[in-house]
Order: sequence, then C-alpha cells, then structure tokens
Amino acid sequence: MNNIKQDHASASTEFNKDEAHVDWHDETLWFVRSKRDKAVFQIPEWEQLREAGSQIKNHVLSNMHDYLVEFEKKATENGIKIHWAADGQEHNEIVYSIIKNEGVNRMVKSKSMLTEECHLNEFLKEKGVEVIDSDLGERIVQMRQEPPSHIVLPAIHLKRAEVGETFHQHLGTEKGATDPQYLTEAARQHLRDTFLSRKVALTGVNFAIAETGGFVVCTNEGNADMGVHLADVHIASMGFEKIIPKVEHLGVFLRLLARSATGQPITTFSSHFHKPRAGQKMHIIIVDNGRTKQLGRPDFRNSLKCIRCAACFNTCPVYRRSGGHSYHTAIAGPIGSILAPNLDMARNADLPFASTLCGSCSNVCPVKIDIHEQLYKWRQVLVQEGHVSSVKSLGIKSMSTILSSPSFYRTAGKLGRFLMKNSPFMTNNNLNVWYQHRDMPDVPKESFREWFIREKGGK
Amino acid sequence: MKVALFIPCYIDQFYPQVGIATLQLLEKLGCEVIFPLNQTCCGQPMANSGFEHLNKDCDNNFVENFKDFDYIVSPSGSCTLHVKEHLHGSDEQASTHIRKHLYELSEFLTDILKVESLSVQFPHRVGLHQSCHGQRGLKLAQMSELVAKPFSKTEHLLNMVDGLSLMELDRKDECCGFGGTFCVTEEAISVKMGKDRISDHTRHTVEYITGTDVSCLMHLEGILKRQGSAIKVKHIAEILNG
Repeated sequence: MNNIKQDHASASTEFNKDEAHVDWHDETLWFVRSKRDKAVFQIPEWEQLREAGSQIKNHVLSNMHDYLVEFEKKATENGIKIHWAADGQEHNEIVYSIIKNEGVNRMVKSKSMLTEECHLNEFLKEKGVEVIDSDLGERIVQMRQEPPSHIVLPAIHLKRAEVGETFHQHLGTEKGATDPQYLTEAARQHLRDTFLSRKVALTGVNFAIAETGGFVVCTNEGNADMGVHLADVHIASMGFEKIIPKVEHLGVFLRLLARSATGQPITTFSSHFHKPRAGQKMHIIIVDNGRTKQLGRPDFRNSLKCIRCAACFNTCPVYRRSGGHSYHTAIAGPIGSILAPNLDMARNADLPFASTLCGSCSNVCPVKIDIHEQLYKWRQVLVQEGHVSSVKSLGIKSMSTILSSPSFYRTAGKLGRFLMKNSPFMTNNNLNVWYQHRDMPDVPKESFREWFIREKGGK
Repeated sequence: MKVALFIPCYIDQFYPQVGIATLQLLEKLGCEVIFPLNQTCCGQPMANSGFEHLNKDCDNNFVENFKDFDYIVSPSGSCTLHVKEHLHGSDEQASTHIRKHLYELSEFLTDILKVESLSVQFPHRVGLHQSCHGQRGLKLAQMSELVAKPFSKTEHLLNMVDGLSLMELDRKDECCGFGGTFCVTEEAISVKMGKDRISDHTRHTVEYITGTDVSCLMHLEGILKRQGSAIKVKHIAEILNG
C-alpha cells in the first residue's frame, strides 16, 4: 500500500484552518444525525430492532461458510455466475476480464464502497477502461479526482459553489451557477447519456440472501437500476459479510439502514435482483480482501456486521470536525478506523487514536458494533506490534513508572506544581501543546492529600 | 457507612477543592470517609494510549489501597469507568471486588445513599456537561442516541439545589474533546470540540458549567480562560456541598 501523505492529526489541523468551513461541515452532518434521531424515535421498538439486526449478523458471522455455499448454489441455479476474489487485485481482474469479454472499454458503476476499497477505478483506468460513477455525489468527487469523504454522502465536504465550479469545468454549465435544480439537471442529462450507452453496469450489494440467491441494492437516486436495466451485463460486487440468511430478515435490515443513514423510513429504491433477464448476463463477485483475517480476530470480528449506514460518521464529533479525507482510507469515520488497521496496520496506526472514545458511535450503530471498545483494543494491538513512535512510548513508560509508585507520584506532583507556580514559562510556552489554545489550571498551594493530612491527621 | 475515597491524580494535584467538597459532602450525608494515603492513579492515561500492558504495578497499587472496602467512591466518571472495565491486579479476586464496589459520586448519592433532598443554595444559571464516560459508560443519564425513557442521576441531584437553574443545551451530550492524551495528540480537533461545547453553553447564558469529571472541566476551563470568558467551571460535588 502507498504511504499516506498526512496522518489524521496533521490532516485535521489543516482542515481546521478554515473554522467557518468546519462549522458548516459539523452542522451539516449534525443535521443528518438529528434526522436520524427523529426517525428512530418514531419506532418504539427501535432498540429491539437493533438487537435483532445484531443477532442475525452475529449468527451469519458464525455460520459464514454454510451461508456462502448456500448462496452460491441458489444464485448459480438462478443463472447468475458467481466469482470468488481473495483480494482487491483479484476482484479488479475479474471485473476487467468480464468487460474485455464483452469487447467494450466503458462501464457505468453505481455506489460500491467495496470498489473504492479495491481501487477499481484506478485499476481500470490503467487498462484503458473508462468508468463513470453514476451516484451524483460520487460523480462529483470523481470529476474532481478526489476520493469520497463519506460512504453515504460522498461529496458532503463540498459546498454548492464548489460543485458549480466542478460542473462548469466538466459539464460546461454556466460559471458561478449554484442553483441545485440547475446543477442536478445538468448531471441528469450527462448521466442519462451514460446510462443509454454503456453495455456493462456494476453495482454494489447491500444484502445477499442465502436462501434465494438474490440480492438487494439500495439507492436514493435509482441510478443502480438505470445502469443495470439498460446494460447487457450486470456485475455486482460484494464483500462476503453482506450475506443474510433469509428474505424475511430484510424486514429488519431495510428498516434499520435508511433510518440510521439519513433518517428516511426506507431508501427510495430497494431493488431486488434474482436472475438475469432474457439476454442479460449477471455476475456476482464475492470478495474477501482481509475479511477472513478480521473474522479470525476475536476482538474485532463483529466489525464485519457493518451495513455501511454511516450513522457513526454523522454522530462522531471528531469526524464532523476533521472531514473524511483526514482518515486516508476508503471508509472513514469510526467504523473505518476499526476496519483499516486490519488491512494495513502500519499505514493506519493513527486511526484508532483519532477518537475520544466518547461512545456515541456504538450507540447509533444499527447492528450494535462496539466500535469505541474496538478502538481501545486496536490501540493496545498497535502498541504491542510496535506501531507507535518511540518518543510516545518513552513518555508513557515514564508516566507509568511515576504513577505506579506512591512516593515517585507525590514527588513528581510536588515538583510539577512547584515549577508551574514559580517558573510558569516552563509550561506556558508553545512547546506545550496544551498551552497553545488553553490556559493551564491554577496551581493550588497543596494537594488534596496534603490538605487531608493537615486537616484530618492522615486518618 | 464506611466509604473509601478515590481521588484521581489530577484532582489531587490541581483541583484539591473537588476532593475536599466530595469528602465533606459524604460526611454531611453520614458517611465515615477514609482516604487511603498511598493511592496514585487509575491507569487510564497509559491504557487509553495503548499501553494497558504497563499497568500491572499501577493496578496492584490501586488494589492494595482499596481492597478492604465495600464502598469506594470517586468524583470522576471517567476514572471510575476505567477501573470498573480494566482493573486487573495480581490478586484477581480483590480486583473483582473493587470493580464491583466502586461508584462514581453522583451514582453513589442516587443509588446507594438514595439522597432525596439537600439543603444547599446555588442561585445561578448552570449548564451540565455530560461527560461521556460517566454518561455512556456508567449510564448516569439517558443517552440522546438511544430510544428509551429519559432519566438523569446528575440532573436529579442538581434539581435539589435551591435557586439553581439548569439551562437546556442544543447538544446535551456531545463530547467536549478532552479524551485523555487525545487532547494533545489531536490538539486541533480537541480544542475545536471544546470551543463548540462552550459556544453551546454561552448561547444558553450559563454562568457555570458543571459536570462529573474534572478532566473535561479542566479542558473547558483552559479554553474559557484563554477566551477571557466570564463562565466558570465547578465540579458537581462543589455545588452539592454548598
């Protein structure tokens, strides 16, 4: 994997240079969180629904092999071709081989975070295949050659004026246009032409149903349907954890997904695919790419329950103020921070530390992933595996020595307070990161312990 | 009732008045308060930084100080939660005993002492900062994310104080950004989160910000002072002690 340009702390410092923009970003995402609250408080049994979603997913994780085999069998009987990909590279090569087989060099693709994770677009571009993302947000960031900053709202980091400028450059809209109606109409016309002319369409998969071999794709724009209904070939890419046992379980997950994501009762389009229509070919690529490894980590396996609703992004006070790109992974936010170290510990060692462990993420998670507890556990793993700086390591070791010994602790406390009181320049300077934007606490004349001994005679 | 007092290290060193208020309050409510003199820290600064494995000696010291008590009370939700979730000294039986018998102050007042009235006054507009570890970890109050009936142990106690007006906030349980070592390793976000919490309290004209954790309050106080704000911070024990 490539090295990252900036770690989360540096990228966030950069992002925070424009405070008005941070405020706007925070309020926009808080608005989505508030919509989610409104929607879920209308469902008295919401917590039971979360529990059901969690239990179904736990059951799937413990019976993954059987459900995958069942799904493959049923889907194959339905006339769908199943492919298995061990990693992103294999997935990309399978997609390319299907496109090449059709004798085309263009493809339309609806939202699939898996293809972002596998870097499919870059791979196909190198092979001379043009991919057009048909989700509006994804299309915007694609034009700007940026990765999505949010898994449900890929262009949420951009303001209208920035979208207007991008469309002016790429779609020839009027310079300075910011009217959403005008801009979406331009995107609509552009994408309509794409839908009509592409023979191969790729979609993601939200839920794959073992008992039927069918799958469900959820969108708000209908772009997945437009793509595949007009194409001769439908490729659906899925991480293997998308499996659910039965159709009836959709009644749990479809209710959870959109409410958690955007506060809608259900996505505008929940499209059920079972078999290719006459003359059409349908492929499903089932991808591992590190999932087996994660499934084998007892502390982290249940991160695979994730249904990619992004509720944890919207509620995360750190994400809202640092922006998705500061996470330098396809999936940002709290869930991304517990998934990414599994793929590459060295590259993503900063992410589990990009959290205050406030726990709001775990509370909004519709499938009850203990996200903040896994962030804590990843920190322990990353330190044990040597992925923290030696300076930090030395600092913490000294702190541990002091705090493990009552006499060291008392001496250090006394010395610290003495210095703060008599030589404030030692702490009140810019080398002290705390002091850059915060004053130090007032120094009391005695510690609590000293007061206690004086007042109570130490009893 | 015999109660051992656990005073977190930063309260001991920088906010002794919070320890004093806690002790006096518990005594007023009829407790015999003991302060084990060799206590240091709960180990959370190391553990949250990923160095839980270095905490054996720190944990053993904690166990040595507190193993003989049936009620251990601390004016910190965060340190209490850390001990309850992660204390594993060499004597596992004693560690388990401590994990089960440690209480954050406001939950001890509400659930064990069942305090229903206090004769204190605090005629001010107060904003409550719901520290995450106390709230989401120890469940001191209903959390805004969960669909359930509202309750709040801290508000229940503050409502017993004469003249105190508890001000509504726009975001009643958003994190302040302290986060332990996060406050320096992710300084930009930490400070921004603190500033935003303060804006919420300022918009609602509070005179004092209170809460169950001095760590959060220390972070907010640092920003308030830098801003030259008139808003002051006070730990809930200081208000309840009068």
